[in-house]
Amino acid sequence: MPATFKATHDQSPSQASRVFDLDVQSLRELNQALHKLTAGSNETAWEVLNPKGNHSVAVGVDQPVSIDVRGSVGYYCGGMNSGSAITVHGSAGPGVGENMMAGSITVKGDASQYAGATGKGGLLVIEGNASSRCGISMKGIDIVVHGNIGHMSAFMAQSGNLVVLGDAGDALGDSIYEARLFVRGKVDSLGADCIAKEMRPEHIDLLQGLLDRAGVTGVKPSEFKRYGSARTLYNFNIDNADAY
Amino acid sequence: MCGIVGLFLKDKALEPKLGAMLSEMLICLTDRGPDSAGIAIYGAPSGNEAKITIQSPKPERDFRGLDAELAKAIGAPVSIAAKSTHAVIRTTPDKVDAARAALQSLRPDVRVMGAGEAVEIYKEVGLPEAVVDRFDVRKMTGTHGIGHTRMATESAVTTMGAHPFSTGADQCLVHNGSLSNHNNVRRELVREGMTFETENDTEVAAAYLSSQMAHGKNLGEALEGTLSDLDGFFTFVVGTKNGFGVVRDPIACKPAVMAETDQYVAFGSEYRALTKLPGIDNARVWEPEPATVYFWEH
Repeated sequence: MPATFKATHDQSPSQASRVFDLDVQSLRELNQALHKLTAGSNETAWEVLNPKGNHSVAVGVDQPVSIDVRGSVGYYCGGMNSGSAITVHGSAGPGVGENMMAGSITVKGDASQYAGATGKGGLLVIEGNASSRCGISMKGIDIVVHGNIGHMSAFMAQSGNLVVLGDAGDALGDSIYEARLFVRGKVDSLGADCIAKEMRPEHIDLLQGLLDRAGVTGVKPSEFKRYGSARTLYNFNIDNADAY
Repeated sequence: MCGIVGLFLKDKALEPKLGAMLSEMLICLTDRGPDSAGIAIYGAPSGNEAKITIQSPKPERDFRGLDAELAKAIGAPVSIAAKSTHAVIRTTPDKVDAARAALQSLRPDVRVMGAGEAVEIYKEVGLPEAVVDRFDVRKMTGTHGIGHTRMATESAVTTMGAHPFSTGADQCLVHNGSLSNHNNVRRELVREGMTFETENDTEVAAAYLSSQMAHGKNLGEALEGTLSDLDGFFTFVVGTKNGFGVVRDPIACKPAVMAETDQYVAFGSEYRALTKLPGIDNARVWEPEPATVYFWEH
């Protein structure tokens, strides 16, 4: 199936985007074409039509191209992303941006469970709500959620930043290491070893930078509370033996 | 894994398409479970007729002449419509228990899939498309229905181990997950007098709900009880004569997506199961909250 080309409305006609219609082309064709991209390729704008909840849309892209996905996706969209800028014009299923290394993913709708799980870098923006386990085991990724996040988010989070403009569910940051959590709304409960922390000037600056990168306006860093690790679970304590 | 679907129609104009819509939804989730598949369809109850869906490993032998023998045994009119390994027996509502008892002696190899005024249940080993084709589910009319495609973890891959499980009149359940206290709960339900066909955990969940409703609880209250009395992972979708309910355990690791429009309420393990429904692009789509009961009734 030959690829089709069309000009998108937000670009000059000289920059045609490459369009994949998943109603007529296979997911494997799409991902193989994306994986074949090399540095300096002129095919910098991609558009995916009719994703219809398919799994693994645009996983493992390692070139700085833009990918607009027109609709809702299933599991693992943009997983292992390493430099591309993906926009999902719909909602995302479980594991969006799982293990992202670099680049960005923006979800215009909601995200299902474990958004940004184990992510090492890049920016994941969820413009709606994210459900349970958002940022589980995050290792350096930055995640900005405009709405709320579900229970057990940032479980065992190691580094990176999770910013939530709405509320957080139960057991936020359970067994957290060094990730920073900023929540503007209420937190149903904190998980083991996660505590509220002081917002110092460097955190205000950091948070302002994250809000700017995520395109959030009209929200001040001072409206957020910071949460992080009490660092009491780092080493085995014999007094805790009964708890295991 | 397992894949589950449910569809509750609000718009009567869609009722002739219920079987086709539910079949497509289930086929979409084939890769979530290749072992067996099943669908329960609720037709509008007529009020003066009950249906018993039966299954036989040797349908030609077992279904031939069964209507006359059964009518004689229970002293009431009986009709039987066979579809492959399954058949639907129709008789008067007050003769259902007598017919089930008579079946045990007349046709010892026949199993009852479910009974009630509205429900018909079809389930077999195989992929969803094969099961749907085998029982001509696409042509079925109805008000609501649920379906399941199974990746077995807790008991053998057999017809009786397939979902939906029905343990009470017009009640049935599909399940994604696994229960860890099902043996204990089964023992308690056996003490109450309930009987079980399999070693399956989901059958216990279905029987638990039947027992709760037999004690006067409504569907919502019975589903609420699963949160404290059943231990394990579950997303349940349940059908009753006039209703449809959903509940997820508090951990909620088994996926679930719902969609609602003026025409229907739909459930799928994944969004892709819902993508062929009419008006889905403008539907309200959401993920059911953990430990929260949702139910709709006609």
